[in-house]
Amino acid sequence: MKKILLTATRYTLITAILLGIGYPLLITGLAHVLFPKQAAGELITRNGKVIGSQLIGQAFTRGNYFHSRPSAAGTGYDAGASSSSNLGPTSKDLISRTEASITAEQHGSTVPVPIDLVTASGSGLDPDISPAAAYYQIPSIARQRHLSEATLTQLVDQHTTQRQFGLLGEPRVNVLDLNLALDALTTR
Amino acid sequence: MSLNGWLQIALFIALILMLAKPMGSYMTRVFDLRDTGHRHTWLDPLLRPCERLLYRLTGVDPDEEMRWTQYVIAMLVFTAATLVLTYIIQRVQQWLPLNPQHLAAVAPDLAFNTAVSFSTNTNWQSYTPETTMSYLTQMLGLATHNFWSAAVGLAFAIAFIRGIARREMKTLGNFWVDLTRGTLWILLPISIVFALALTSQGVIQNFHPYTTATLVQPQTVTTTGADGKTTTSTVTTQTIAQGPVASQEAIKMLGTNGGGFFNANSAHPFENPTPLSNFLQMLSIFLIPAGLTVTLGQMVGSPRHGWAVLAAMTILWFVGVFTCYWAEAQPNPLLHNVDQHNSYSLQSGGNMEGKEVRFGIADSALFATVTTDASCGAVNAMHDSFTPLGGLVPLINIMLGEVIFGGVGAGLYGMLIFVILAVFIAGLMVGRTPEYLGKKIEAYDVQMAMLYLLIFPLIILGFAAVAVLMPHLGLGSLANHGPHGLSEILYAYASATGNNGSAFAGLNANTHWYNYSLGVAMFIGRFMMMIPMLAIAGNLAGKKIVPDTAGTFPVTTPLFAALLTSVIVIVGALTFFPALALGPILEHLLLHVGHTF
Repeated sequence: MKKILLTATRYTLITAILLGIGYPLLITGLAHVLFPKQAAGELITRNGKVIGSQLIGQAFTRGNYFHSRPSAAGTGYDAGASSSSNLGPTSKDLISRTEASITAEQHGSTVPVPIDLVTASGSGLDPDISPAAAYYQIPSIARQRHLSEATLTQLVDQHTTQRQFGLLGEPRVNVLDLNLALDALTTR
Repeated sequence: MSLNGWLQIALFIALILMLAKPMGSYMTRVFDLRDTGHRHTWLDPLLRPCERLLYRLTGVDPDEEMRWTQYVIAMLVFTAATLVLTYIIQRVQQWLPLNPQHLAAVAPDLAFNTAVSFSTNTNWQSYTPETTMSYLTQMLGLATHNFWSAAVGLAFAIAFIRGIARREMKTLGNFWVDLTRGTLWILLPISIVFALALTSQGVIQNFHPYTTATLVQPQTVTTTGADGKTTTSTVTTQTIAQGPVASQEAIKMLGTNGGGFFNANSAHPFENPTPLSNFLQMLSIFLIPAGLTVTLGQMVGSPRHGWAVLAAMTILWFVGVFTCYWAEAQPNPLLHNVDQHNSYSLQSGGNMEGKEVRFGIADSALFATVTTDASCGAVNAMHDSFTPLGGLVPLINIMLGEVIFGGVGAGLYGMLIFVILAVFIAGLMVGRTPEYLGKKIEAYDVQMAMLYLLIFPLIILGFAAVAVLMPHLGLGSLANHGPHGLSEILYAYASATGNNGSAFAGLNANTHWYNYSLGVAMFIGRFMMMIPMLAIAGNLAGKKIVPDTAGTFPVTTPLFAALLTSVIVIVGALTFFPALALGPILEHLLLHVGHTF
């Protein structure tokens, strides 16, 4: 028994160093050489300041931006505390929260809102909306920004990511990218 | 449902079935050294010296053969040592390096729950990782368990296969050798390649402190304080959590562990940024379990038996993914003025609460099915927000014992218990002593198999019943009410006992009651089931081989696969149907008459 205990302890410590220190350090080293941008979180910098990550959504709620999805991460898009709502389909809270979002997105119209625009994502940090959700917002943003709907449609199309290899996943629009392009369009 | 969704699902299973043979043959070569002489693998020149060095440093005699009891004791002592290490690291992390966020020591009940959770391959997480665990704790305290617990499962599956294959022998192999070879030859090399593939897709890997980004649009936040007053403030920055994620992500999936680096697990864009990373993660869950069926066939000298087991698994997988995908693609009838239809180029539609746009419905439903078929428990969408029938699928998958491909090792030995039961039932039907691959299945074997099968529901339903009866400790943690609340509790104990680790995550499990009771459930669900399982293996190894006769029930035919499938479904249904009727099934009916809670 003493021998097993000794073996188990030694085995634990040696493999802990191999698997818990050596392996992650090896991957970190290789990742920094091979994929430095990805390994650091694909941060976006403007004028020397980090303004976000390509992969992490931000809250856009004002009328002159394309809105992102509702978020249950912290106070909304808190990338230090990812979370979903975890509300089930028969939850009163879910129904009332979604109805409030629907009213806000409709701006008085009666056109049905694309479902992803009024539901919270799994991470609370979803960087994307569906192309349907982007197109849906064009008329109101065109009014706010004094731009033509055709210009905005073109902008959305330019920023739509298609399925990977034409097969995997769903088409999507990165909201941060789209809004940065929108700002660039109006300041020019 | 869409054609594109089904094409992805078809591609997934086609790749798994294609990879099963090369993966299985490789594992046979890695483990089968004692029974058919040493077999070479192309990694030998690199790894043999490391292996020998490890044995020398730890005092392992690689030629020592162990009886089943010695094998179990070695595993228990080893697991205890790793568990203690993880507990200590969590309790002292504030004094250790690689803690740029200066996170404090983890509370004792949570540290206990987490140490048990990761030692048992469950990876149930009562905590929010990015606000609780330092980088060092994640690497040294948690990711190490992803290797160890997977290697232990793999070792036990191999020991069980040896029990079937060997004749008139008392031993099952050497635990330390099996543990070492599983880690060095299988888990570590695949993880290295996989981690880099994930990084290429955008999974982060660094030791930076959390990044502060200046928001493009300042955010107005209204919060309600404890006194009920609402305060409005403007948030101008976003804190972005960082860390060594890719290295942990790879073994989290490959070892069917499932414990996320972040709270949102594989829904988090830094853990699972693209549809390709998502697809690779799903493949890696099934890779080793599918390969093990081939290893089984090869090591017992009946490759077609391995394929028959794989066929039964594939049938059950398909029923699950079909139901889940169908249910999640349905619109929520309680929502109006929303467009929930599927459109190829515009949106995936369906039940998008708790799901990511880049994955849509098909990839979320497939992931949920795969992660609970196996005992992985990683999630890329929140099961708590699934439709009642969509959420029923992961729950049933766990309740069937996670034998549909199953966890690394654990899936195969769980399945072999059902094989023994199926052979026994076939024997009863024709009135003969059942045989399995030439071994007579006798009273002791069936008793141990039944012990394995009965402990599982006893723990799940027993604990769930106790939790439901305690309004404060049990029900106080619920996020959803009505039948969905029962589903949350059932799911928690099923997930813990089945060592899955996924959750109906609305349940606040970070309380003394849930941390300790779920810890106990995980412990029993792992070890109290491994012990009777290995007892059968030890008993089988000692038996003679009796020649096949006309009355032997063949275990290589489609009929066998069908019988095996039926036994699994019937055992699961008889055990859990009453509880499920009061949870997800009732919720489904109430949803469609418009009842909310």
